[in-house]
Amino acid sequence: MRPWIHASATPEATSGPRPSPGVLPLRLGGGGLALAWRRFRRHRGAQAGLGVVLAFVLLAVLAPVIAPYGPTDADLERRLDPPSPSHWLGMDQQGRDLLSRILYGGRISLTIGVIAVGVAAGAGVPLGSVAGFRGGWFGGVLMGFVDILLSFPAILVAIVIVALAGPGLRNAMIAIGISQMPAYARLAHAEVIRIRAEAFVDAARALGLPEARILLRHVLPNAAGPLIVQSTLNLAGAILSAAYLGFLGLGAQPPTPEWGTMLSDGRTYLQTAPHVAVYPGLAVMLVVLGFNLFGDGLRDALDPRATQR
Amino acid sequence: MKAYLVRRGLVALPSLFVVTALVFVATRVLPGDPAVLLAGDFATPETVAALRAKWGLDRPVPVQYAVFLAHLVRGDLGTSIVSDLPVLDEILQRFRVTLTLAAAAIAVAVAVGLSAGVLGATRPYSGWDYGGMVLAMVGVSTPIFWSGMVLILLFAVRLGWLPSGGAGSWRAFVLPAVSLGFFAAGIIARQTRSALLDALRQDYIRTARAKGVSERVVVDRHALRNALVPVVTVVGLEFGRLLGGAVLTETVFSMPGLGSFLVVSIFKRDYPVIQGIVLWLALSFVLLNVLVDVLYAALDPRVRYA
Repeated sequence: MRPWIHASATPEATSGPRPSPGVLPLRLGGGGLALAWRRFRRHRGAQAGLGVVLAFVLLAVLAPVIAPYGPTDADLERRLDPPSPSHWLGMDQQGRDLLSRILYGGRISLTIGVIAVGVAAGAGVPLGSVAGFRGGWFGGVLMGFVDILLSFPAILVAIVIVALAGPGLRNAMIAIGISQMPAYARLAHAEVIRIRAEAFVDAARALGLPEARILLRHVLPNAAGPLIVQSTLNLAGAILSAAYLGFLGLGAQPPTPEWGTMLSDGRTYLQTAPHVAVYPGLAVMLVVLGFNLFGDGLRDALDPRATQR
Repeated sequence: MKAYLVRRGLVALPSLFVVTALVFVATRVLPGDPAVLLAGDFATPETVAALRAKWGLDRPVPVQYAVFLAHLVRGDLGTSIVSDLPVLDEILQRFRVTLTLAAAAIAVAVAVGLSAGVLGATRPYSGWDYGGMVLAMVGVSTPIFWSGMVLILLFAVRLGWLPSGGAGSWRAFVLPAVSLGFFAAGIIARQTRSALLDALRQDYIRTARAKGVSERVVVDRHALRNALVPVVTVVGLEFGRLLGGAVLTETVFSMPGLGSFLVVSIFKRDYPVIQGIVLWLALSFVLLNVLVDVLYAALDPRVRYA
């Protein structure tokens, strides 16, 4: 009998921390993971999303193998050529194969997404959970700062940070990470406060376990579900933000085949060669849609209370 | 109510102060000297030094901050390094465009989002519902600049119905507002749908139906009114996001708004302007948040001004 384990937050239902003797074990039989999986299987949108995401990951990983041309190979004779059998998506303004550049661009966008979300979670989760666990004036001041940041649209925070730190891929990733950090801090804070009140935390305290251990081993694993859902949705947001920054000239710099940068470069030729700008944008939309659908389904599967049906 | 407003305002003050400090420190500590940049490649050290003295950049950072704050409380945001005009004037002139754009976009978003949400919630799991939710998902996932470009391509380049940019007449605002509003419509639709579905499950709805009230009145008067409370919050938050998203829309549609001004100023390292815009936007968001809170309390009598 472990009434304190919630299907909504079972660590094994996610790729969260492995169970170890100090962790509350998960009941898999008829429990968390199986139930979550069944719900996920019923969610057609979520499966479509996962399919799209996996396809993009595969295409990005295999880009050097499957791309018909190099991302910077230019054939100046064929600048802005429309899609043709030899160049499926056409050529860009410098005579580079658009399909190849979009395939390579996937590597950049997905990398930015993962690193930015890593920065955001790496800073936000400790901040929010410590603030929530300790509480008091310390937590209050910490969350006060978080709320200030949170009152700004994330994209604007990212733009301002890049503006101050200077344009570039690395700064863009960090800026996007910082812009998403407050949302993590808020979520971790709320989850920790909810879990902190559970009986098993009192039990751990009664056993005399150190605070840090209670937080890391008992509280946080139970918050893993919502945090992973948040991360999936944040990946979508980070990829979108990276494209925005690239589009504004603040992210990856040419000739890097970054989708937003490509779109921005192609915008000049919208009248004569719309394919140059339209296809990179379509790639952004598809991958973001994939992550959003997947995250949505994951939330429904992991957290029955969030389900609206 | 008055006491609530005052307290809410007092809470907002420190956040504005923190923003001024953060922005100020960040603009000074980070690399890139505006004096060197603006003096040009062939400037002598004397020219650079003179420029620095002119903008007060040669003084210690704390002194610069004190001067900045002293000016700020008098509504003086300094002068633009690039244009030599007062920053506040430059901002006010462009903010009108941004505000008009965001207001038009939120109108589009509310109209589309609310209709789709109500349609979905009153006919759950129907074709309308699924169609609306797919559209909402696509809306949330579509990059603002991309929808803008596709609209330009269709309605300005191909059909020639509407202008592709500028802010001269109301017609110039149509495409940007649709492009920006589409993004927020998805979120509003989802929030409306789930809040209305929730409201329709309540006991008082069953009571109303049992009394023989028509379905239309049940939805409009009984359910929607209650469902709107969370929707208003989302609309308020989305309005803030649209002000941020306007940076992209204005760039795509070459509109002379605050967002495109921010981007241009970033490339020119016009610190007073960057600072001014960020502060101005911070003030807007703080005000917007207060407004949403007040509206929330006004709509839902259960929310006390406590």
